[in-house]
Amino acid sequence: MKITTVLTGAALALGLAGAALAQDKVKAGFIYVGPIGDGGWTHEHDIGRQAVEAEFGDKVETVYQESVPEGADAERALTQMALQGADIIFTTSFGYMDPTINVAARFPNVKFEHATGYKSADNVGTYSARFYEGRAVQGLIAGRMTKSNKIGYIASFPIPEVIRGINSAYIHAKKVNPDVQFSVVWAYTWFDPAKESDAAKALIEQGADVILQHTDSTAPQAAAKAKGGVITFGQASDMSEYAPSPRVSSIIDNWGPYYIRQVGAVMDGTWKSENTWDGIGAGMVKIGEMSDAIPADVQAEAKALMASLADGSYHAFTGPLNKQDGSAWLAEGETADDGTLAGMNFYVEGLTGDVPN
Amino acid sequence: MDLSAINPTILIASLMVASTPILLAAIGELVVEKSGVLNLGVEGMMITGAICGFAVAVETGSPTLGFIGAAVGGAVLSMLFGVLTQFLLSNQVATGLALTLFGLGLSALLGQGYVGITPPATAEVNFGPLADIPVLGRILFQHDFMVYFSIALVAAVWAFLKFNRAGLILRAVGESHDAAHALGYKVVYVRLMAIGFGGACAGLGGAYLSLIRVPQWTEGMTAGAGWIALAIVVFASWRPVGVLLGAYLFGGVTVLQLNLQAAGLDKIWGIPLKVEYLSMSPYLITILVLVIMSSGRGRASLNAPAALGKSFHASS
Repeated sequence: MKITTVLTGAALALGLAGAALAQDKVKAGFIYVGPIGDGGWTHEHDIGRQAVEAEFGDKVETVYQESVPEGADAERALTQMALQGADIIFTTSFGYMDPTINVAARFPNVKFEHATGYKSADNVGTYSARFYEGRAVQGLIAGRMTKSNKIGYIASFPIPEVIRGINSAYIHAKKVNPDVQFSVVWAYTWFDPAKESDAAKALIEQGADVILQHTDSTAPQAAAKAKGGVITFGQASDMSEYAPSPRVSSIIDNWGPYYIRQVGAVMDGTWKSENTWDGIGAGMVKIGEMSDAIPADVQAEAKALMASLADGSYHAFTGPLNKQDGSAWLAEGETADDGTLAGMNFYVEGLTGDVPN
Repeated sequence: MDLSAINPTILIASLMVASTPILLAAIGELVVEKSGVLNLGVEGMMITGAICGFAVAVETGSPTLGFIGAAVGGAVLSMLFGVLTQFLLSNQVATGLALTLFGLGLSALLGQGYVGITPPATAEVNFGPLADIPVLGRILFQHDFMVYFSIALVAAVWAFLKFNRAGLILRAVGESHDAAHALGYKVVYVRLMAIGFGGACAGLGGAYLSLIRVPQWTEGMTAGAGWIALAIVVFASWRPVGVLLGAYLFGGVTVLQLNLQAAGLDKIWGIPLKVEYLSMSPYLITILVLVIMSSGRGRASLNAPAALGKSFHASS
């Protein structure tokens, strides 16, 4: 017998044995938009993945792929993961929405969970966090703390989630500081430290002394620190390495409990396609520790807002609110419904500039 | 809104900073390609340089040593490519792509302990009273030494390729390695040196990102800058001056469009500005200008080194 035949036979046997073993384990896959070391969005998803491993130990196997481009290439990565025997796949960025739906149609026995999107199917559930509640707290702190009344906002892509964040931050900054102005820069990327840093510098040079970001890296924090006299907020992750200043607080995405619940549901066969959208109250959105750079009265005010958002006594989008063009949106005391929020594609009154298409 | 919100001197100064990483990587790759080697691993060498430079600068407290470390790191990584393609005759395209993947992974590993650290600041070169000249002082005389070094390097490469005998040999190797070999030149060694130079330059470009432009270490922080550098070499049709122009255009338009957005400008001279067009403008304008510039001579496609991407073995 030739050595190659022996090897092939051995490989086959190993492969079969591996397949047999895999039957006992639930395999959970994760598709990430950036590297796990981005210090922000993807970092937190990966912490959620590790929480799944810690919870289930030997009963689960997790796999992940980093820096998967949004769009057509994501289908390749998803297909590959499904073919490798994943039982449930979490696709953790908005741009994976259509690829997830397409691949899910070809693998009806694999469960898919898409983050921050709005399309679902029998084997595709969606999940997201009400980051806009955290943005409300940020907006309040930003409005209270700005001296130049100019707040810079580094946005990524013009999708509902990002637009909700801008609106929510603006509404709550304006409430405590009627003179506040927002400059929004669209970076058209989730992760590009150099560009994020350039955007932060451009905003600071034009007078902004608060930088809010909806991109994933800590680069804007580094730029703000280098310039001095500017405050920032951690995005998606605590980014506490930049505390106490420039980073004064943060929005932390807490995915672990959700991932554990969903993988557990796959294990005991109770998984079904759902649309989960949790906020501060359910613990999916956390507010990172407020540093001493925030005055005590502002901290108290921010914590009161957090409490009212958490117990549901206050909704971040409560009327009276007009749209940017002045037309009425919410009447006095009326709150926004989830459908409108999920598809939000307009600015509220007072914001300048257009939402790009 | 009007343009007055943007300070043109600060804008020009910051566009020079934004352009330097791509410029360094591109001028290195130009030399590599002039020697007939196509190294697609620029991104991997850049990111490796970014973490090597960052680590050395943090450990020693000296940005200058950091840049030297970055150049060494990039060059060492490029030698991997050099050995594989020049001695083992592996496919250059595949090896280059692998080098990028390897560099990204290696840098993530090396960078584990360096997340969230602020590197030592790189001082501006002191030009004394020159820095106080209004406008010009801010634009020309208030930069860190790498900005001047990168421009000097472009001039040096241009002079080397045009006037120097060694430069002539390098070009000969890139145009026809068989002829160069027949004349007694050591094709493989010339190419190895070019690859090493390219690696060192890419490493410097990466370190410029992690030490000055951002400044911090983040995994995957080059985010495609290496590919832009590769594209600029092609669109500049392998001319150093074109590389300089291309890199400054790309960096410049990137910074300009971010500033236009930050200023909330919705039109310039009556032309409405759309964010989505502004965002793609760095790519479009750079390609357009470089293509027009090369087509003027009518030999854009002819300027590629004739032996680009071909393996050489003395037996063939």
